[in-house]
Amino acid sequence: MAVKILKRRPLSLLEKTYLPQILIGLKITLRNLFRPSVTLQYPEERPDIPEGYRGVPTLVKDANGREKCVACQLCEFVCPPRAIRITSRELETGGEDAHIEKAPDEFEIDMLRCIYCGYCQEVCPEEAIWLQDVFSISGYSREAMVFDKEKLYQLGGTLPDNHFKWDRKKAEEEAAKRH
Amino acid sequence: MSAGKVTDGRIDVFIDGEKVRCPPGTNLIDLVEGMGKEIPHYCYHPKLSVSGNCRMCLVELGTPAMDRETGKPVLDEDGAPKIMYFPNPVIACATRLTSGMRVRTQSAKVRECREAVLEFLLINHPLDCPICDQAGECLLQEFATDYGRGYSRFIEKKVVKPKRTVLGPRVMLDDERCILCSRCVRFCQEVVEDDVLGFVDRGTYTTLTCYPGKQLENNYSLNTVDICPVGALTSRDFRFRMRVWFLKETPSICTESSVGVNTLVGSREGKVYRITPRRNDGVNDTWMSDSGRALYKRIEDENRLIDFRVNRLPVRPEDALSEALRRLQGDKVAFVGSGQSSVEEHFLFNCLSRAAGSVLNCLVSRTREGDGFLISNDANPNVRGALCLGFIDTLPEANLTGLAEKINRGEVDAVVVHNEDLTTAGIGRSLLEKVEVIYLGSHGNGASETASVVIPGLTVFEKSGTFINQQFRLQKFLQAVPGPPGVLDDLVTISRLLNLLGKDEGRLATPAAVWAVLSRRLKCFEGISFDTLPETGALLDGSAFRSLPFCEGPSLHFEPETGTVEARA
Amino acid sequence: MDVFKILGITAKALVVVLVLLSLSNLAILAERKVSSWIQGRVGPNRTALPIIGAIPFLGAGLTRLGLFQPLADGLKLLLKEDPVPDHVNKFYYFLAPVAAFIPAVTAITVLPFGEIVRNGTPRPIVLADLDIGILFIFAVASLGVYGVILAGWASNSKYPFLGGIRASAQMISYELALGLSILPVFMWTNAPGSQAGLNLFAVVQGQEHFWNVFWMPVSALLFLVAIFAETNRLPFDMAESESELVSGFSTEYGSFKFGLFFLAEYAHIVVGSGVFTVLFLGGWRLPFIASYYSGGMTGAVLSVLVFCAKTFLVVFLFMWVRWTLPRFRYDQIMKLGWTVMLPLSLLNIIGYALFLAVWDGI
Ligand code: SF4
Ligand code: SF4
Ligand code: SF4
Ligand code: SF4
Ligand code: FES
Repeated sequence: MAVKILKRRPLSLLEKTYLPQILIGLKITLRNLFRPSVTLQYPEERPDIPEGYRGVPTLVKDANGREKCVACQLCEFVCPPRAIRITSRELETGGEDAHIEKAPDEFEIDMLRCIYCGYCQEVCPEEAIWLQDVFSISGYSREAMVFDKEKLYQLGGTLPDNHFKWDRKKAEEEAAKRH
Repeated sequence: MSAGKVTDGRIDVFIDGEKVRCPPGTNLIDLVEGMGKEIPHYCYHPKLSVSGNCRMCLVELGTPAMDRETGKPVLDEDGAPKIMYFPNPVIACATRLTSGMRVRTQSAKVRECREAVLEFLLINHPLDCPICDQAGECLLQEFATDYGRGYSRFIEKKVVKPKRTVLGPRVMLDDERCILCSRCVRFCQEVVEDDVLGFVDRGTYTTLTCYPGKQLENNYSLNTVDICPVGALTSRDFRFRMRVWFLKETPSICTESSVGVNTLVGSREGKVYRITPRRNDGVNDTWMSDSGRALYKRIEDENRLIDFRVNRLPVRPEDALSEALRRLQGDKVAFVGSGQSSVEEHFLFNCLSRAAGSVLNCLVSRTREGDGFLISNDANPNVRGALCLGFIDTLPEANLTGLAEKINRGEVDAVVVHNEDLTTAGIGRSLLEKVEVIYLGSHGNGASETASVVIPGLTVFEKSGTFINQQFRLQKFLQAVPGPPGVLDDLVTISRLLNLLGKDEGRLATPAAVWAVLSRRLKCFEGISFDTLPETGALLDGSAFRSLPFCEGPSLHFEPETGTVEARA
Repeated sequence: MDVFKILGITAKALVVVLVLLSLSNLAILAERKVSSWIQGRVGPNRTALPIIGAIPFLGAGLTRLGLFQPLADGLKLLLKEDPVPDHVNKFYYFLAPVAAFIPAVTAITVLPFGEIVRNGTPRPIVLADLDIGILFIFAVASLGVYGVILAGWASNSKYPFLGGIRASAQMISYELALGLSILPVFMWTNAPGSQAGLNLFAVVQGQEHFWNVFWMPVSALLFLVAIFAETNRLPFDMAESESELVSGFSTEYGSFKFGLFFLAEYAHIVVGSGVFTVLFLGGWRLPFIASYYSGGMTGAVLSVLVFCAKTFLVVFLFMWVRWTLPRFRYDQIMKLGWTVMLPLSLLNIIGYALFLAVWDGI
């Protein structure tokens, strides 16, 4: 690799006094002095949350109120700080959602560990975990900052589902039974 | 089939242009696997017959052209043998190699075949991966990543098949996921000869089922779950409990019997979730029993010992050890070892018995009817370890009559027991109460209840060590999970006691350290070190014990020495 | 002297010192506001007093300006727990803030901040009209550095120690230039025949028509730079340099003692600005308006107000520069002091001497 040596331009006498540069700097700061401030008066004013903002990870239900998560534990695996803890259970036969077979028994996210990377949302095959617009959470103890399933669903609410994979599957199953 | 043809004369074959030497008749898939490459396959299994139904293993194959008249190879202009490639790809699993064969495993045509086969396999496959227990170790997933197209061109209705079919007490079937490879069917027919599985219906409706009125309930049924390349067969015990990618797999040895089945213990964060067989062609091939897989439940057994106790009161470990020491210092101490202890524990236990001037060493036998396959008649995994180390020189007995007599005569006033229940071994409670019992073990039993000193120990999953199986094969197991908090490794306990007795052996608290001594001290262990012991174990010379009437009958890869069977009878 | 006179003088002194301290406090607030404005922030705007803050418009305005903030800050510093580290030299540790604070407020005594016309003769409004005013100011102000050095040494810990050493070296280097830079002012004021001496009032009177800053820009600049250095302000805040020395000499100080240091720094700035105003900006005079403060009390108040306004402009300059320039490196400061400031101030004197000789010759 060729090494190219760049010569610094020697400073002129005036520049050596630094005075013009200082004056230029003073001019800039003076101009800033009269610019409007950019501060957001937080509790009264709230920021606009842009589309795709990565707030607190939450669990969502589909339009029928069914919990979307099937406890595949991919999010638990991918989560860099290991904030997620899932235990799964088998859905009883005969129930409304029995065809899905598996659901989370407990789903915990330690919000003190979460780094809001969004990997869990990206990896989720069921589009069940979403980082939405909640950005301000607090608690009085470490335990209170470990959000359980109920809390996560409460934060997540319902998101539109474009696939209805499991509903279609159920329909197919029933159609096959009729034959 | 293959074994008969193997001769000394090796042949040259060419895999993707690379020259390899192998015995004639070698299976192509096995050979390529030995080269560190892979030919994708589903239905082929090295320990089952070839059925060739999945077509995933298609490769291009060529043989040297022969002149029909002279029988000599035809040469091209350069003088190299002329190769005739078959016009259509052939399946690798049914290919036995002959001299000069050429194989293309990576050509465009082969790739195209794999893509097509995979697309057909996937048309009716459910989108189950998120809830499928096989995900993460599923061959369909793996090859779909390599050869799948990423979306489905199939717009018709998928075939719906039964899910959650109970095949047996331990196995569950999801028919939609089955790719009809018939590995499970062949396993039942060929390996356990319990022919209960089969296919019904035709075409895309072909379905795996159990013979009406029967169940897949033999003691090897869970092997079908292991060999099923997809998630069609799942273990009802392991089902939905943990994703396989979280499991840390530690090589271990099954303690169910003296066969010494090689296993992998799958654990996550200190909790064992499942046990699967580990391939060892000299011991268990790729199989293991269902009952052996359930042994991990003993870790969290109710009667697990976790406290150090003196006269039934919890004490600090040091106090328990010094109390034990006080009783060891008498001159009427007997030692009852265990066939479940590792070689290292036998060694230190033996040292301890000598240091304490033991009046009697014995072992409790555990015989029962084996199945002639992977469960032998001896439920003690390591009797031969105790023999090799000289802790005992006769076979263990079911009733410790010798000890009972000595206690009755007052020649023994303290017994050190490792993991054994003396109350079921011919020494009743009333007799036990006459002596002081020092109990060292992982689980409580009749002996620990009457013991004056109880020192908790670890199970095989929580420690490392070695066993010597019925073939005199030395095999090692490694620690999979940590023991309960505060509980000492048995090696540490025994070596501390030795230390307290003023013996040098007190520093040998790890298997590696013990082996450094053993390999020097005992002729049969010469040249062996714990760290370099191969995964498949090392065969020791057991001829010194040939005259002993061992109780094992024939089982997989094991024939008892002539004479012993009669001696048993 | 009778008792009443003494009491009167004491009262006067107290008032002046209190005003100075309030101004210093305001300067602290101003610094926070100026810095935040320059940086596009809003600065303190939340603290409110219960009743005054509730007055419509006015209360909200005061709150937004943060005018109640100094009160809250002061109270906080007063009421906070005052930890004294074990390893310090207790006596000097307690002495240091006082040693820093007293000179800062003492210097104000000889600084004239207005004029009052009595019986036709203008008299300065000042606590003590000393003939050697400027000398007194220099003498007292340079005592302030002892506070810093003492704090650095008594803290018995490495960062304060380094801060103290740097402060003393810097003080010595710039004191020379400081003294030399103002000689031309007095050469000018002490025209042949005048009796001005080193009196500051006379300096202001001498700028009746034209401020010194226009006559002697080099002197003004040198003085300004030296004052920056003397008051330990950025870009010369070697004693503190929080990016390298944690908090410099005051690292081990907290609560009220820290408050004293803080107040002293700003009192220094206010007094320094006042001196600059007197020496170079014509004190309370406005150019080309010869003497309109003749009207007794009104004139006096007016003059004080004008003086304060000018002083505050200089204080603003202090802040403006602070939030514009980065800190010098220690060796750069030394180099600047000895190889630039000192020769330049010498040349400046010689130049002015020649200039005055020629001027008087005309
Ligand atoms: S956002 Fe990232 S850190 Fe937070 S839970 Fe999801 S994967 Fe874990
Ligand atoms: S990745 Fe999605 S479906 Fe899987 S466990 Fe997480 S939230 Fe549930
Ligand atoms: S068998 Fe394999 S491909 Fe099919 S659902 Fe299970 S993991 Fe996915
Ligand atoms: S259940 Fe599994 S092993 Fe049996 S045929 Fe189907 S895919 Fe093959
Ligand atoms: S592995 Fe060869 S056809 Fe299935």
